[in-house]
Amino acid sequence: MSDLLQFLISGVTVGAVYALLALGFTIIFNASDVVNFAQGEFVMLGGMGTAAGIGAGLPLPLAALLAILGTAAVGVALNKLAVEPARGAPVVSVIIITIGAAIFLQGAAGIVFGKQIHRYPGFSGETPIDLAGATILPQTFWVLAGAGLTFVALWVFFTRTLIGKAVLATANNRLAASLVGINTRYIMSLSFGFSAAIGAIAGVLVTPITLTSYDSGIGLAISGFAAAMLGGLGNPLGALVGGLVLGILEVLTAGYISSQYKDAVSFVLIIFVLLFMPQGLFGQKSIERV
Amino acid sequence: MKITKSIALAVAILGLGGLAAEAQIRIGATVAETGPAGALGDPEAKTLRMMVDQINAQGGVLGEQIDLVLYDDGGDPNNARTFAIRLIEHDEVSAIIGGTTTGASMAVLAVAAEEEVPFISLAGGIQVIDPVNPFTFKTPHTDRMACQKIFEDMQGRGLVRVGMISGTDGFGASMRGQCLDVADDYGIEIVADESYAPGDADMVPQLTNIRNAPGIQAVLNPGFGAGPAIVTRNYAQLNIDLPFYQSHGVAGQAFIDLSGAENAEGVRLPGTALLVADQLASDDPQHDVVIAYRDAYVALYNEPVSTFGGYAHDALTILIDAIVRNGDADPDPIDLRDAIEATSGLTGTTGTYTFSSDDHLGLDLSAFRLLEIRDGDWTQAQ
Repeated sequence: MSDLLQFLISGVTVGAVYALLALGFTIIFNASDVVNFAQGEFVMLGGMGTAAGIGAGLPLPLAALLAILGTAAVGVALNKLAVEPARGAPVVSVIIITIGAAIFLQGAAGIVFGKQIHRYPGFSGETPIDLAGATILPQTFWVLAGAGLTFVALWVFFTRTLIGKAVLATANNRLAASLVGINTRYIMSLSFGFSAAIGAIAGVLVTPITLTSYDSGIGLAISGFAAAMLGGLGNPLGALVGGLVLGILEVLTAGYISSQYKDAVSFVLIIFVLLFMPQGLFGQKSIERV
Repeated sequence: MKITKSIALAVAILGLGGLAAEAQIRIGATVAETGPAGALGDPEAKTLRMMVDQINAQGGVLGEQIDLVLYDDGGDPNNARTFAIRLIEHDEVSAIIGGTTTGASMAVLAVAAEEEVPFISLAGGIQVIDPVNPFTFKTPHTDRMACQKIFEDMQGRGLVRVGMISGTDGFGASMRGQCLDVADDYGIEIVADESYAPGDADMVPQLTNIRNAPGIQAVLNPGFGAGPAIVTRNYAQLNIDLPFYQSHGVAGQAFIDLSGAENAEGVRLPGTALLVADQLASDDPQHDVVIAYRDAYVALYNEPVSTFGGYAHDALTILIDAIVRNGDADPDPIDLRDAIEATSGLTGTTGTYTFSSDDHLGLDLSAFRLLEIRDGDWTQAQ
């Protein structure tokens, strides 16, 4: 029983990171129909930036804030310099552009931050907390709280603010949105900035647990993409559920079946879900109106 | 304008040509400065550049300057093969050092054998020198020796029932296989055999299962990179109170920093003298070599030395020693190969090398030192 609890805690922690990644995918996908494979690099930049800031003597909150703002700027720059000039190109071309951007960011991070693995101490110490026979690192609570707050803040933003509604409108129908006076180019930049900031937040929170290095982004992007697909690409709730389900699946497979087939089992399950529910768990059925 | 440019270009080309003609001893290198094995190849490249500069500043070898031609193969065997051919046919090097990963080394090995140019590999895999290829040598210990060294220590402490948690990357998978293979020789029984993928963020489930294995007495984690640090942190998180062994793949200060000193306390692993440079007895044969290399590297790059840089140090030392013994500044590759094979009692940072026609590694288990982490620093295990 305490084993199961221990596994679930691990699964939820990993799953929260996947959920934030999937959320980043979702925001950009909604705004532009593009799957942004540089999403994992944002997580890496958040962690590496914070580690570098702390290394330079900054206090943790300032280092984290700078890393998040810096990553958001990188996200906006990615949109302005790489995605926007390719407007009108097929979506597949833009997706390939984001893969190129991911490789570029990885290389640049290797030069700027070095190729070593980085980490910094947990925000509230490193002493594990006992809970009903399971042990939890204090940082786990930070990850869960941070992920939860991010989701709530975004929900408020999208449903309670005018700009948020403009983003939703752009997502629904870009042409119609621009016809009613929404600056869709601004919305695109905003989405990339938000998406990058969310990735960076995940990186800041999770680096004390998972460590980070210049080449850790690609693997994260793939897991986050799988989570987004599982939940239904384009649905923030789906991102949350998809991330948590994927994280828990991985951990339970490693714990109860075999660690050799951990990734295989979760990906096979995803294939089954997509076979029977091609839109993912929460995706909307696309209806062609004739 | 155009004419000035052309003249500048011509002067530049002439200048380059002049340099090339002046430097007579050309040594080639292809290492993984970037890519998945970048953390290993980066200090290797830095070490080679530093040592060549040092040697040239002291007047070179046999009165000639050394010209180092170094390529970054990113750990990719295809690139390594291309660069090896380019080094031999275009750059006309006398010998090649490199092949950070075992895959890259095997690619260079094939080219070196075909073109009959000596090659000193920096990769760990046993297949680089077993079976022996006449033109290929290597400086790092094999993972098989690491397993033997660890099991020897376990045997001494009366630990028999051992759990393993291995990375699924090339290094972890290869060492896992070698450890399973030699466990019987030391009366070790592997009672749990778990794995994790590179990039995994949490190994709690695997460690929980290992902890639950009946009668388990010790845990071994073959792997390199971030994985072992996360395993070590999870190990402490779960309060597992069993002797814990890591591999030589994490033998560096970075491992202690990433794991956290309190989590890594008591971890044992086989490493080289480089890590305990200050604790070596002054009459230790490796004392002077290790201190000299470490001080020079730290002074130049302002970062700690790693075992991997030490492998490159030893490879270049062996090569220079062979060139000097051969006595020819433009050595015939076959003669140079023979001179390398005749290396005897040469002390490097990794150990003391003595090659023979059927041993192109030239190290024994005594070169490995069993280290233990105490108070965030490496000590020699008692």
